[in-house]
Amino acid sequence: MEILNLARQSILMPAGIQDGDIEKIMSRLLSSSVDAADIYFQSSHFESWVMEGGIIKEGSHNIEQGAGVRAVSGEKTGFAYSDRIELPVLLEAANNVKAIVRQGQEAQVGLTKAANWPQYYAPLNPLKSLADQQKIDLLRRVDSETRKLDSRIEEVIVSLVGVHDSILVASQDGSLVADVRPLVRMNVTVIVVQNGQREQGSMGGGGRSDYSYFIDQNTALEYGREAVRQALVNLEAVDAPAGNMTVVLGPGWPGILLHEAIGHGLEGDFNRKGTSAFSGRVGERVASDLCTVVDDGTLPGRRGSLSIDDEGTPTEKTVLIKNGILKGYMQDKLNARLMGVKPTGNGRRESYAHLPMPRMTNTYMLPGQHNPEEIIRSVKKGLYAKNFGGGQVDITSGKFVFSASEAYLIENGKITRAVKGATLIGNGPDVLTRVSMVGTDLELDSGVGTCGKDGQSVPVGVGQPTLKIDGLTVGGTSV
Amino acid sequence: MQNQEQINQLKNTVQDILDEATKQGASAAEAGLSQENGLSVSVRLGDVETIEHHCGQGLGVTVYFGQRKGSASTTDLSPVSIKETVSAACSIARYTSEDECSGLPEQELLATEFPDLDLNHPWNVGVDEAIALAIECEDAARFYHAEISNSEGASINTHQGIRVMGNTLGFLQGYAATRHSLSCSVLAQRGDSMQRDYWYTVARNAVNLESAVEVGKKAAERTLRRLQARSLSTRQCPVLYCAEAASGLLSSFIGAISGGNLYRKSTFLLDALDTQVFPEFVHIHEQPYLKGALGSSAYDGEGVATQTRDIVSDGILRGYVLSTYSARKLGLRSTGNAGGVHNLTIDTGMLDFQGMLKELNTGLLVTELMGQGVNMVTGDYSRGAAGFWVENGEIQYPVEEITIAGNLKDMLKNVIAVGNDVDYRGNIRTGSILVERMSIAGE
Repeated sequence: MEILNLARQSILMPAGIQDGDIEKIMSRLLSSSVDAADIYFQSSHFESWVMEGGIIKEGSHNIEQGAGVRAVSGEKTGFAYSDRIELPVLLEAANNVKAIVRQGQEAQVGLTKAANWPQYYAPLNPLKSLADQQKIDLLRRVDSETRKLDSRIEEVIVSLVGVHDSILVASQDGSLVADVRPLVRMNVTVIVVQNGQREQGSMGGGGRSDYSYFIDQNTALEYGREAVRQALVNLEAVDAPAGNMTVVLGPGWPGILLHEAIGHGLEGDFNRKGTSAFSGRVGERVASDLCTVVDDGTLPGRRGSLSIDDEGTPTEKTVLIKNGILKGYMQDKLNARLMGVKPTGNGRRESYAHLPMPRMTNTYMLPGQHNPEEIIRSVKKGLYAKNFGGGQVDITSGKFVFSASEAYLIENGKITRAVKGATLIGNGPDVLTRVSMVGTDLELDSGVGTCGKDGQSVPVGVGQPTLKIDGLTVGGTSV
Repeated sequence: MQNQEQINQLKNTVQDILDEATKQGASAAEAGLSQENGLSVSVRLGDVETIEHHCGQGLGVTVYFGQRKGSASTTDLSPVSIKETVSAACSIARYTSEDECSGLPEQELLATEFPDLDLNHPWNVGVDEAIALAIECEDAARFYHAEISNSEGASINTHQGIRVMGNTLGFLQGYAATRHSLSCSVLAQRGDSMQRDYWYTVARNAVNLESAVEVGKKAAERTLRRLQARSLSTRQCPVLYCAEAASGLLSSFIGAISGGNLYRKSTFLLDALDTQVFPEFVHIHEQPYLKGALGSSAYDGEGVATQTRDIVSDGILRGYVLSTYSARKLGLRSTGNAGGVHNLTIDTGMLDFQGMLKELNTGLLVTELMGQGVNMVTGDYSRGAAGFWVENGEIQYPVEEITIAGNLKDMLKNVIAVGNDVDYRGNIRTGSILVERMSIAGE
């Protein structure tokens, strides 16, 4: 209940909204033909600081607050939102939304006390976790320590972002639940120059924590070292190969493969509509038996974690693929109801101004039996991809891409030359059937992922152990 | 008229915000206010799926204390919150550093003329009418052919935004603009091959939208032609970017000559001003004052007057794309591009799309690109692609699961032709673009 009171204080009290007002709005929304309805209140404070060229260049503070009102009848959804959390405005929104269903009797709703659920992060306010001067000092220290690492460094850009997001969801069953979601992220980008040639390296991380995350264990300085290392590797890189070859993916962030190739295709909305390459395939083999893939919102403090999703459903560890067999999809309430299954705590929305839909949280593959060195040794000729930029998928054809930002040739079982970044392309439903070795070294990414779907962005996590894929197309220039 | 009243009200609020900033000790300030209203209706399989009412607002303020800067924004426009937002910006400016390049634009660069650009055409479409139109569109796609097997639906969006911005140099302007669109996405199936594609139309004035039936038919045609796509073997060949894909190519070029990348020296076109970056026949210019166009504006995000100007002529780079800050970092003057370019237009050649296919002769027609895969620092380019294999100017079969790669610097120099099949739906207006040679990776 502590969380609920915190959220009440930060969202409802400044607006002068009482529980009785929420009951009024909900009663207005509901009628006999409404299957589901909710009111989503949000107050989100966001700050960012940027250091570049050795100076604190920019800082900003942003507030987003408002409420979204939704009513669902069958497959129909009515939705309205406002930046003004005021009773008359929200009652008007409820009227607009209800127009989606045929008029019926207004129902009476009383708010009830919800059961407790586990919390996977503390209700911290990152923005207040350090004084502004301390945030500046942290940026300066990362900048100066990073610049000392190599004489070829020409520019260092350090950014720090903190979010303090409070949400409150009232549903048609009278439940009123809340979540206070801290999120921090730091990024270091370096530009290096050698004999007139320029390259860039970038590293960052964070999670559902406050700024102490970057200070404890010197995490922030580690980002600088890693960014420099990547930039220097790229200075030596030769043209990437082109064509179909064996690809070994490193642990951690390369798990974006799972996110693109498998994850999106297993979101409930696409599968209810039958538009995914994975539609109707539960119980079928979609991966080699070495592969078990989960979506897990319950990892403490991870960027993609949530205690409850944006519809108030507690998150879960959902098994998507077990030993190669497709087990299930990720669901929000609407799609779960229409498919006759339980919601899995994957109903997420970018903000009160957006409708929720099934989204991933932290998606990763469980570790296997092989030592990572053994996996490299088994490859005669191929590509070792250690780090990636972003990716994209066409969920209907199943074709996905993701872009390597750090990669090496494997020749006769040894990692040899660094190659330039290249896009890898494959087919979601069969890429995992070609996984022939899975490492023991499961790692999760450092906490930088943002996933876009239908114009909505949400923070996510990915992870995997070292993986060997027998045949993936590598889009280099060296034919 | 109603809009004018609203604009005047917002102008008063912006002036109050600027005064508040001055009162709190700022030596200069800039503020922007926006209000947006809209309706989105989507249908799927002949029935309503969602009806969304949009109603949003926002304030952004930037203050300067000498050459230290702070910014803040809020969606809460209550007087108390506005005051707090200004305070937050001022507080931040206490911690940022003196930056000799920061500050408001030069007074003489601010826009002083504000022609009516014909951007505001509210569409009073009712919810029921919008639903009917969307269903008409989706039906045209669904029943176009037996192989159309499923639908992601059709949707109608109509949106009006009012934006006002001002600064302590006395600039205070605002305008209303509308944007309407109609889109449709369907699936087709033949054997094991399932494909999806879409089509959309967008305009400031709803009368300029393509008809619902036309949009639906195009969505269906585009989906059907992708069925049973295959990969290609790894090879090098000429590549024709269709108009929609070509705008992405020009967008990468604009990124490379944008101030932020230039002063960070993180572009493959560093110091390229007055040098040959395209072949001689290429001419690229900005047209901010086109009536009713999607990228039209008399001033940029800082109030600087936009310019009708050449960016590339005779293949030579004639100008960068700069904001006030990036211009000062480079020792130059703003080009009125804070926030981007305005109706970037490439002069087209004589060939239509069929003519461009003939010019390609044998090679790859790219209709869709996937993933990021562009390294601005080095120009290295590698992206996922889908499209068609073309022989002797005739489309042979659809292809997918391939990548195309090259270096942007070479790709721009090796443009062979620009078609007159211009896509006017965006801020970048180009026809299809033929690039002499790229690396294709596939099976």
